[in-house]
Amino acid sequence: MKDKYDVIVVGAGPAGITAALLLAQAGLEVVVFERGEFPGEKNMFGGTFFGSVLNQIVPDYWEEAPLERRITRKVITVLSEDSSVSIDVKSGSFGRPPYNGFTIRRARFDRWYAQKAVEAGALLVNRTVVDDLLYKDGRVAGVRVRRDQGELWADVVIAADGVNSLLAQKAGLRKELDPTHVNLGIKEVIQLPRRTIEERFNLAAHEGLSNEFLGGLEGDVHGGGFLYTNTDSLSVGIVAQLPSLQEHKSKIYDLLEGFKSHPMIHELVKDGVVKEYSAHLVPEAGLHMMPELYTDGMLVVGDAAGFVLATGLYLEGVNYAMASGVAAAKTVQEAVARRDFSKSSLARYTTLLKENGVLTDLKTFKRAPEFIGNPRLHTLYPRLACELAESIFAVDGQPRPKLLPLARRKLRGQISMRQLLKDGFEAGRSLLW
Amino acid sequence: MVIIEDKLGLVRYNADQVSHIKLDAAACRACSHQVCITICPAGCYTLSDDSEVLLSYTGCLECGTCRVMCDHLEWHYPLGGCGVSYRFT
Ligand SMILES: Cc1cc2nc3c(=O)[nH]c(=O)nc-3n(C[C@H](O)[C@H](O)[C@H](O)COP(=O)(O)OP(=O)(O)OC[C@H]3O[C@@H](n4cnc5c(N)ncnc54)[C@H](O)[C@@H]3O)c2cc1C
Ligand code: SF4
Ligand code: SF4
Repeated sequence: MKDKYDVIVVGAGPAGITAALLLAQAGLEVVVFERGEFPGEKNMFGGTFFGSVLNQIVPDYWEEAPLERRITRKVITVLSEDSSVSIDVKSGSFGRPPYNGFTIRRARFDRWYAQKAVEAGALLVNRTVVDDLLYKDGRVAGVRVRRDQGELWADVVIAADGVNSLLAQKAGLRKELDPTHVNLGIKEVIQLPRRTIEERFNLAAHEGLSNEFLGGLEGDVHGGGFLYTNTDSLSVGIVAQLPSLQEHKSKIYDLLEGFKSHPMIHELVKDGVVKEYSAHLVPEAGLHMMPELYTDGMLVVGDAAGFVLATGLYLEGVNYAMASGVAAAKTVQEAVARRDFSKSSLARYTTLLKENGVLTDLKTFKRAPEFIGNPRLHTLYPRLACELAESIFAVDGQPRPKLLPLARRKLRGQISMRQLLKDGFEAGRSLLW
Repeated sequence: MVIIEDKLGLVRYNADQVSHIKLDAAACRACSHQVCITICPAGCYTLSDDSEVLLSYTGCLECGTCRVMCDHLEWHYPLGGCGVSYRFT
């Protein structure tokens, strides 16, 4: 192995691989370090991948990528103890090219995607942890990997090392993560026959469902659940806020068990065989947790930069990771042309991130973290929604009020009209306008 | 109650020889919340009979939660190629 490259990428997730692939295609010498035995081995996520960015890099990627099912049914559900209310969207166009999204499993997908970068000429070095940055004349100039002769040099280092980004921290670009900035997610992959999945979820062959859940976690812990259909398995998990888990002294795996035994979820997962259990942090604070994105000789991409859109309606990171990889690759190519890798030269990265939507989307939804942080969203409102829906449809021989008086009666004693309007306004401001 | 060992039994690991996380025993003794015990999704932290906090690093899923919740840990990733190895996720 040489000891000097044009670009060193740390982490072979979607962000790092995107940057490496594009830079290798541009003829630069790129090396990617990945601590896993293979890319994807360490990577866990919920389940849905949105491919608009990838389609520009690998056109018609669905012809060759290891995908599970195309998402044609998107369901959002609020849960109370033993009831649920859902919005269920079934889309014909989501089922046709270029498709809106697919369920994927990272151990397969990331490995495939990394191979694309290798084919383009990038050097992928697995089983190798990057422990530190190297400096020359006060600027980042390389990395130290945990092995003999572990000093490697480059014009630019791209930190694509995920949510814990020890490198962004070492570079002084961000402080230690705050418990309010990240959520903990766990999931189980539950095997079920293909036919059973299609019957149970009302899907045609190759079609898939994504379902996010709010409320219904034991002890009113703040968080939600998810369920995605793979080809012959389900990805079922929960994401919970760390301070809330701490406050309730809740064990997250107990919450998942509770979630799976909710009468509604039980029907969906029953008879399945659990194949794997996994855990990962999600950066959820958007712009509130964004580090400085670049310094002399270094850029930060993907989860390491907190580029995840988490609003309650969306949990998307892979597409933003890829988009930030595109912006980073372009920034580096321009810097190469100028032979200038200083902070001011790399500042183009911010502009490019705005142009391709990453920073603009985070800005559009910048209030979402406060909205999701509202405790009533996780407890009172799911319960009220279920109770209200139940009483609208309950036939119990009592005189039937119109909907508004019924709603008023339900709300009485639970929440003031003022608080309700205020929360409604906040929700609208975060998501609607 | 879930037996976390059953869940971890489904997960593949390539065990590292040494622990990638180091506790500060004095800090643990003085710790008022011992949040690591309940917050770790792999149940790696337990309390011994004589109330000492113990860590079983071999079940670690490398999520980083304990690192975020506790300032007294020396936390690294395991050696390259070691640690958790997801196949279906
Ligand atoms: C529970 C959960 C559910 C989610 N659901 C969705 C979803 O449905 N849809 C969606 O789009 N997004 C989802 N996300 C977010 C998404 O997973 C991330 O945004 C995305 O994976 C970020 O990509 P990345 O390349 O930045 O980082 P990662 O995918 O985390 O990749 C980082 C890579 O760097 C490697 N690495 C780290 N440190 C080092 C080091 N020091 N040396 C060498 N290698 C290193 C890691 O092994 C890893 O391969 C979810 C996340 C979680 C946790
Ligand atoms: S939270 Fe930290 S200091 Fe407290 S017991 Fe756990 S590891 Fe020790
Ligand atoms: S990194 Fe995660 S799984 Fe590992 S010990 Fe810490 S909290 Fe537990």
